[in-house]
Amino acid sequence: MWDYTDKVREHFLNPRNVGEIPDADAIGEVGSLACGDALKLYLKLDESKTRIVDAKFQTFGCASAIASSSALTEIIKGRTLDEALNVSNQEIAEFLGGLPEEKMHCSVMGQEALEVAIAKYRGGALPGHDHVHPDMAGDVVCTCFGITDQFLKKVIKENDLHTAEQVTHFTKAGGGCGGCVPKIKELIAEVMGGQPKKEHKRPEKLTNLRKMQLIQDVLEKEVRPLLWADGGDLELVDIAGGTVQIVFRKACAGCVSSGHTARFVEQKLREFVADDIRVEEVEG
Amino acid sequence: MREIYADNNATTKVDEAVFDEMRPYFCELYGNPSSMHFFGGQVQKKVDEARNRTAALLGAQPEEIVFTACGTESDNAAIRSALEIFPERRHIITTRVEHPAVLTVCRNLAKRGYRVTELSVDGEGRLDLAELRTVIDADTAIVSVMFANNETGVVFPVEEIGAIVKEKGALFHTDAVQAVGKIPLNMADSTIDMLALSGHKLHAPKGTGALYLRKGVPFRPFMVGGHQERSRRAGTENTAGIIALGKACELAGRNLEIENTRVRDLRDRLEREIMSRIGNVQVNGGKAERLPNTVSVAFEFVEGEAILMLLSEKGICASSGSACTSGSLEPSHVLRAMGVPFTCAHGSIRFSLSRFTTDEDIDAIIRELPPIIERLRELSPFGREFLATAH
Repeated sequence: MWDYTDKVREHFLNPRNVGEIPDADAIGEVGSLACGDALKLYLKLDESKTRIVDAKFQTFGCASAIASSSALTEIIKGRTLDEALNVSNQEIAEFLGGLPEEKMHCSVMGQEALEVAIAKYRGGALPGHDHVHPDMAGDVVCTCFGITDQFLKKVIKENDLHTAEQVTHFTKAGGGCGGCVPKIKELIAEVMGGQPKKEHKRPEKLTNLRKMQLIQDVLEKEVRPLLWADGGDLELVDIAGGTVQIVFRKACAGCVSSGHTARFVEQKLREFVADDIRVEEVEG
Repeated sequence: MREIYADNNATTKVDEAVFDEMRPYFCELYGNPSSMHFFGGQVQKKVDEARNRTAALLGAQPEEIVFTACGTESDNAAIRSALEIFPERRHIITTRVEHPAVLTVCRNLAKRGYRVTELSVDGEGRLDLAELRTVIDADTAIVSVMFANNETGVVFPVEEIGAIVKEKGALFHTDAVQAVGKIPLNMADSTIDMLALSGHKLHAPKGTGALYLRKGVPFRPFMVGGHQERSRRAGTENTAGIIALGKACELAGRNLEIENTRVRDLRDRLEREIMSRIGNVQVNGGKAERLPNTVSVAFEFVEGEAILMLLSEKGICASSGSACTSGSLEPSHVLRAMGVPFTCAHGSIRFSLSRFTTDEDIDAIIRELPPIIERLRELSPFGREFLATAH
């Protein structure tokens, strides 16, 4: 059983500020049913539109997600929007007397929802916001939960994270198929050590035959083992020019995120073989 | 607070009669059964009796029983032994819904070069034996398929599976941890070569288990050292635990009918009442053949850990297939393998009963559960929208 503080338990059992604000000035929504937690935050501002006079929430999630949402609304009520933007996920966790590390992503979700609400209110367009994650600027690293490198770098920096496991606890990234764990490690190295991004050595010129061999190699060594780990698999159907046709097998077949997985395969092949590779999922 | 215990697939209460049986073997009759004196000898007799009782529950012969420390040890020992016996065979078949005691072993072996096939299940958690027939070949060393699933209670047709395995000359192992004591077994007339059972799932203490090993099936021990358990499992016997397991097996045999009548009726009533009192629910594996004591229910639009915590406030103990309870982020591998949609998988709760479950326990669950689900759906940003369109 989780070692929740009394404050977490209390805010879970008696959450403050639950519900909707019908005439809310700002609404921030993060997470989804698929991810296992989601938060919709409503803000009501004073007449001068600078200060938060009321905040309410609706949360789908575990006890700590509900408690974090409740804590967030208590913290920001009475603050100006600029003051609210300074609220960190650590502050939410501290308000609750701490969260188990595995649950820190709940506090991060609260902070995100707040950012999204304010950004939307101020007209700051959220690039590519797709209801999964607000900070979609950047490249998607974790395809299971739709999390980008920019967002990860921000959380790694703000929370001083050193291991891929910590990053998973704080953001969920890497907690699904695990395929992005090596990439997360690179990001940690980049943020903490300021080291440049590692580039894979790609052959300069490829004959068609060599290219086909290389594609097969990458699929066998870099891609399929990661899919197996999650009970999935793929088969190579054909290679025509830069187009690689694959068919998903086992757990991947009919999986809701097979589109994400196809993009992951494409990313890997581009990384190791050539930039013009396109992966196409075909019917098996 | 009195506990309303509905988590018997996680562990069970030690039967008082079992505890009485084991109690003298700590401070009074503490002799080592291997010793050459009366004091050890009298313990040896009780260990023999425990072996007879365990064998009787399985319809096996006493020498086919190897006592171990848990179900996990039995599973590990069975799989590793098969691979040592057939060094030239490099293929293992199991299922996507196995307990980690089997699945983790197989996946680790896959990393070491073994070919591992994980059979898939349908939406009700059932296997397709045609898939087994397609993938099994002369390279297959062992097929390990659980008897009954711990999360959904879905029962697999192990005898048919064993028959297919026999044709290819491979060994067949089944993790029967959830089935023993709930399903009648007769190893004398069975296709099973090895079977794992766990004491604490049948009202014996934790730290006890056994491996059934068919006579004539070669075996390479996992634990080596002394000659205990006919050199099939070295280490001084957990005498009190073994004696307790024997007693628990004897009682399980006597109570098998109760499990399949009274306990089944309680489970059926719980399931019926939940379905009629709460909307947007489904029973995971509800159309498959299931254990009599287990029901896994999916409540849409709410999250399992939150349900469990609120149930716990009312003294009700259950478990969930949700991600958040285990610290992992993905919902249960069993529900995912069945293709249970995410909207349901995150909100799946397992109630597992035992012969100690009472009518009053079921009444309490039926009374407390609906307002908890309603409250969490009120909190959820999804609940209302979706429910509004559903009605």
